[in-house]
Amino acid sequence: MVEAGVGIIFWILTFVIIVSALLVVTLKNIFHSALFLILCLFAVAGIFILLHAEFLAAAQVLIYVGAVSILIIFAIMLTSNMASKKIIQTNQNALVAFFACLMFLVVTLVLINKTGVWNYSTRNLPAENILTIGKLLMTDFMLPFEVVSVLMLAAMIGAIVLAREDKA
Amino acid sequence: MLEYLAIIIFIVAGIGIVLFTFCFSRLIRPANPYPEKTINYECAEIPQGHSWIQFNNRFYIFGLIFVIFDVEAVFLFPWAVAFGQLGLYALIEMVIFITILFYGIYYAWRKGALQWV
Repeated sequence: MVEAGVGIIFWILTFVIIVSALLVVTLKNIFHSALFLILCLFAVAGIFILLHAEFLAAAQVLIYVGAVSILIIFAIMLTSNMASKKIIQTNQNALVAFFACLMFLVVTLVLINKTGVWNYSTRNLPAENILTIGKLLMTDFMLPFEVVSVLMLAAMIGAIVLAREDKA
Repeated sequence: MLEYLAIIIFIVAGIGIVLFTFCFSRLIRPANPYPEKTINYECAEIPQGHSWIQFNNRFYIFGLIFVIFDVEAVFLFPWAVAFGQLGLYALIEMVIFITILFYGIYYAWRKGALQWV
C-alpha cells in the first residue's frame, strides 16, 4: 500500500518536473519561466524526500526555492524592461544546437547501453540523518562550520559594497 | 514515509481550494469586461504607466541579506535537531556563528544600506 503510494507520488513528481522544466525553456515571458523554475526545483525536493534525504530536501527548499529563486526574480525585476519582455526562443544557431543536442543524446544512449553493471549502494541511509549531520557539524567539522559564517559575512559585505550607490 | 501524508494532503488541499475558487467563481459570475474595468487596480487612482516596471535597486540589498540568512537557516536545522544531545557546547558554537553573521547586519546598518530615503 505504502509502496504503491510512493510509486504514484514519484510519477506525479517526475511529471511535474519534466513539464515545468519544459515550460521554463518554452514560455515567452521570462518572469513566467522563473516561476516554473521554482515549481521544478520544489518538485525535486519531493524526490529527495522519497529518497529519505530529508536534510537535502530542506536545504533544497530553503536555498533553491527560497534564495536562488529570489535572486533570479530580483535579477529579472531589477533589469529595465525585462519583466514583460517576450523572449525569442530560437536564434540562427537553432539547427546547429539541435544537432549538438542530438549527438549528446546518441553518445549518452551508447554509453548507457555499453555499461554492463550499474554499481549502486544497497545500504539504506541512517534513519536519523539530520541528527548525524548536526552532531558531526558541532564536533568534527566545527572549524569549517565557523569558517562558513566568515565566508557568508564576506559575501554579504561584498554585496553591500558592490550594490551601494555612490554618494559622491 | 507515512508522516509525509499530512504534507501531501496540505499541498493537494491548497491547490484544490484555489482551483475550486477560481473555477466556481468563473462559472457563477457575469462576464462583462470593458476598458475601464480591465485596467490595473490602483486603489481608486488611474495607474500611471505599465505594471511591469523596473524595480528600485535598493531592493537588491534586502534580497541579498535574506539570501545570506536563508543559508544560515540551513545550518540551524541540523543544529536544532542535534541540540538536545550536545548541550552548552553547541550553543556557544552557534552563538559565535550568528555573532559573526550579525556583524554583516551591523556593517549594512552603519553604511546606511538599510536606510530607505
